[in-house]
Amino acid sequence: MGLLRYESQVRPPLVNGDKDYHQVTEDICRPVETRPSKAWWIGFIISVLVLCFGIVSVTMEVIYGVNQWNLNKTVGWGYDITNFVWWIGIGHAGTLISAILLLFRQGWRTGVNRAAEAMTIFAVICAGQFPIWHMGRVWVAFFTLPYPNTRGPLWPNFNSPLLWDVFAISTYFTVSLLFWYSGLIPDVATLRDRAKLKWRKLFYGIAAFGWTGSTKHWQRHEALSLVLAGLATPLVLSVHTIVSFDFATSVVPGWHTTIFPPYFVAGAIFSGFAMVQTLLVVTRKVLALEDYITIEHIEVMNKVIVLTGSIVGIAYLTELFIAWYGANTYEGFAFLQNRVNINSPYGWAYFIMMGCNVLSPQIFWFRKMRRNLLVTFFMSILVNCKRGYVV
Amino acid sequence: MAVKKFITGNFYDEAVLFPAVTKVRRAGYKIHDVYTPFPIHGLDKAMGLRDTGLHTAGFIYGITGTCTALGFITWALTLDWAINFGGKPFFSLPAWIPITFELTVLFASVGMVMTFCYLCQLAPFVKKDHFNARSTDDTFVMALECTDKTNEQEVIGFLNNLGAKDVEVQYRETEWWLGRYDKDTKRFERKVEPVH
Repeated sequence: MGLLRYESQVRPPLVNGDKDYHQVTEDICRPVETRPSKAWWIGFIISVLVLCFGIVSVTMEVIYGVNQWNLNKTVGWGYDITNFVWWIGIGHAGTLISAILLLFRQGWRTGVNRAAEAMTIFAVICAGQFPIWHMGRVWVAFFTLPYPNTRGPLWPNFNSPLLWDVFAISTYFTVSLLFWYSGLIPDVATLRDRAKLKWRKLFYGIAAFGWTGSTKHWQRHEALSLVLAGLATPLVLSVHTIVSFDFATSVVPGWHTTIFPPYFVAGAIFSGFAMVQTLLVVTRKVLALEDYITIEHIEVMNKVIVLTGSIVGIAYLTELFIAWYGANTYEGFAFLQNRVNINSPYGWAYFIMMGCNVLSPQIFWFRKMRRNLLVTFFMSILVNCKRGYVV
Repeated sequence: MAVKKFITGNFYDEAVLFPAVTKVRRAGYKIHDVYTPFPIHGLDKAMGLRDTGLHTAGFIYGITGTCTALGFITWALTLDWAINFGGKPFFSLPAWIPITFELTVLFASVGMVMTFCYLCQLAPFVKKDHFNARSTDDTFVMALECTDKTNEQEVIGFLNNLGAKDVEVQYRETEWWLGRYDKDTKRFERKVEPVH
């Protein structure tokens, strides 16, 4: 029996507990092949209830209009733009894990990449909705697409960041889906060949696309993954850059800055990794995958969180410095009077954001904290909640 | 193509598989394929497979996307219906870079995945014959194609010596066909006409 490949002398093993290939297959397939546990049902029911709340809210918004969240003008986006940016940012960590870490040949990514990619897809589905909901008249959302129409044809404004968004988000969703599914095909084939029940054979037989595991196919599969990773990496950067252009090309003081693209990308990876942590700390417990998503994975991701959190911190401070140093009085007012001043309308939010986004992740400089599941989970929730205050 | 005769051997360790592949090739036997549950780096080189041209295809698709985006936007905003957006030039190339880039990536990735599926004959309801169902679990299955001149006993002994387990002769269909995995269908099913 081939034991899992020996990685390195100085690094801890990627999979705990001396398993052979067959045991790995058994362990990974178990959550799919057995009945869900009680913990799974609890998680599922909570998620469905939250989803119902979301459906009710969105239905209200579509029926009564955007004033449902106290938005009384047609130009501003209100909650939608913050939700949009937040979800897109969450999605980026999944692509980072699957694509950028593949290019960097990081072996540990394989334990978490599929979960992270799935998270990306659902996050992009969530993100993509918000620009549509904020339109108010959602039934004419297709007006944003350049299709031959009876109004001229009148083409959309290709110079506008909002239209860039349409292309960026739809491309990002498509590429994420292709990347995820092409990686999933061999795994589904494994499930298909293990299936005992008739409907499982049928379902996995269709989903596995007739994969056999031929060496020539694997060679093409490897080439495909590498090129898709190489395409997805600049894609992630471009998508969040374009998202930041939604803000940066406006003339709102505090938003009209050139620091936004890099700062948004770092912030996206930061909050996205926090979300991966939130999900994986629960997943490894509920699905009993502790040998595969080890404490080493958690620690490595916490290191990424402290790095990107600090980059975001520098961006905040740069913003503040430029507001004070620059000659633009509106920019100065936006930051020095309206945010740093604790008694101002945005003061409380600004300090919560600074504290939870910049200061609190610094706890991960300590190895003991990085390896503590409870601290990790709490911090990931904190980072995710407070990212909402960024905008 | 049709049903062919193969001799298959199972391996459970890369360290045994690699020398076996080399020796089988040196002995002059034709390896039909090696089926593995995960990609084994260097196995394609050891088997003497050609490099894949998928990268080149991806590049061509990407260029197509670039040209489509630039061509279409240029035509729409300068020739078909030029609109004055804040006094900016009609041909404002820098503002079109984001969409051009996105379409390049979109065309390249969608095209590559479709080419990949075409080359590997992957699609829903495609069915292929397997040599061993464990080849997607933990077994590396090497299949040697038999010809009229092949001495079966010699090949079986040779594979056994190389460390292969459960060496056997199998008859398998080499092509794909439309079918379902919950039903045992073959590529060509002879329907026996009822005799009246």
